[in-house]
Amino acid sequence: MSTNLVLLAVLMAAVTYPARAIPLLVPQMQRLAPFVLTYLRLVGPAVLASLAAVSLAIYADTGRPELHVGLDWLAVAVCVAIVAWRRNLLLGLVVAAVLMATLRTLGLA
Amino acid sequence: MNATQATPESQPLQASRRRVMLDAFGIAVSGVGFGLFYGLAARQAGLSVVAVAVKKAIAFGGGAQFAALGYIAVGAPWASIVLVTAFINSRHLLYSAALSPFTAGLRLRTRVLMAFVLTDEAFALGISHFRRIGRVDMVGYWIGAVAGDYIPWVAASIVGAALAGSIADPAVFGLDVIFPAAMAGLAVGLVTGRRDLVAALTGAVVGVAIGLLFEPVAGIVAGGIIGPIVGLLVPESKGEPRPEVMVP
Repeated sequence: MSTNLVLLAVLMAAVTYPARAIPLLVPQMQRLAPFVLTYLRLVGPAVLASLAAVSLAIYADTGRPELHVGLDWLAVAVCVAIVAWRRNLLLGLVVAAVLMATLRTLGLA
Repeated sequence: MNATQATPESQPLQASRRRVMLDAFGIAVSGVGFGLFYGLAARQAGLSVVAVAVKKAIAFGGGAQFAALGYIAVGAPWASIVLVTAFINSRHLLYSAALSPFTAGLRLRTRVLMAFVLTDEAFALGISHFRRIGRVDMVGYWIGAVAGDYIPWVAASIVGAALAGSIADPAVFGLDVIFPAAMAGLAVGLVTGRRDLVAALTGAVVGVAIGLLFEPVAGIVAGGIIGPIVGLLVPESKGEPRPEVMVP
């Protein structure tokens, strides 16, 4: 079974790598039109915000996606506030994790 | 370059590298927590320690691998597992495209390796670093992608598989909140003008809406595509980075 699963891992890698590589390996990307470069610059904040929002607000372990609202929103908001204020992500992450662990220990989350 | 050789031009680079290291440390802690948990889940799904090691090392990724474990555990056909993996990881196309204007001058070999370790976290740390310094810097990229993400995840997954049965749920320590917090915090760091802000807010709203209607990964991809389109419709604010600044 394990040998088969190693083969499966190879197949998973084979379908993952092209998405990661194709735009990076295409030559002359720097010659794209300015509006395309601006678009690509905006992909960063958009996709990271989307990742954060989706992983925070959608609960999908039971199959159908459901809206999740909880105190972890508060922990993420605190982290965002710290990053905006102090420009220190590590501090924000530590505070968010400690806050969440504390809330869970207290039975509030 | 040591401190005595530092030039005014190198100071922003060194400061940005230090920031990548600090940011990567937080993400690495989270990666260790979830890597341990992944290793445990993988053993429960029937993978050996060797299979976990190979799987993490060559098909490096988080969400797709957790999803694959669920499919493996229920004996789903390989075709469906591979298809789900391709779909979940399709968002990396956006990451790769967003990084590409910075990397045009790099050697092909470097870009091939760069793509291999390109994950959510590697992208977030890398694009933040490149935008802070206005050009590509592979040392900073490797710090984030390899030291902050790849090594902690892969090593912790193997340890987790080996120690299966004695791993605590990372949520107990609040580590489950680190991923969304890190992505949100890094998005905040990328907002330098009105267009960035609108793109980020639109990406978040579209991501959740499409994610609830269809599937979370579809939401992430839709948010990453539609957010920048809406951002482009907004007049740029003063001091907003021009696209040509990005090109090394």
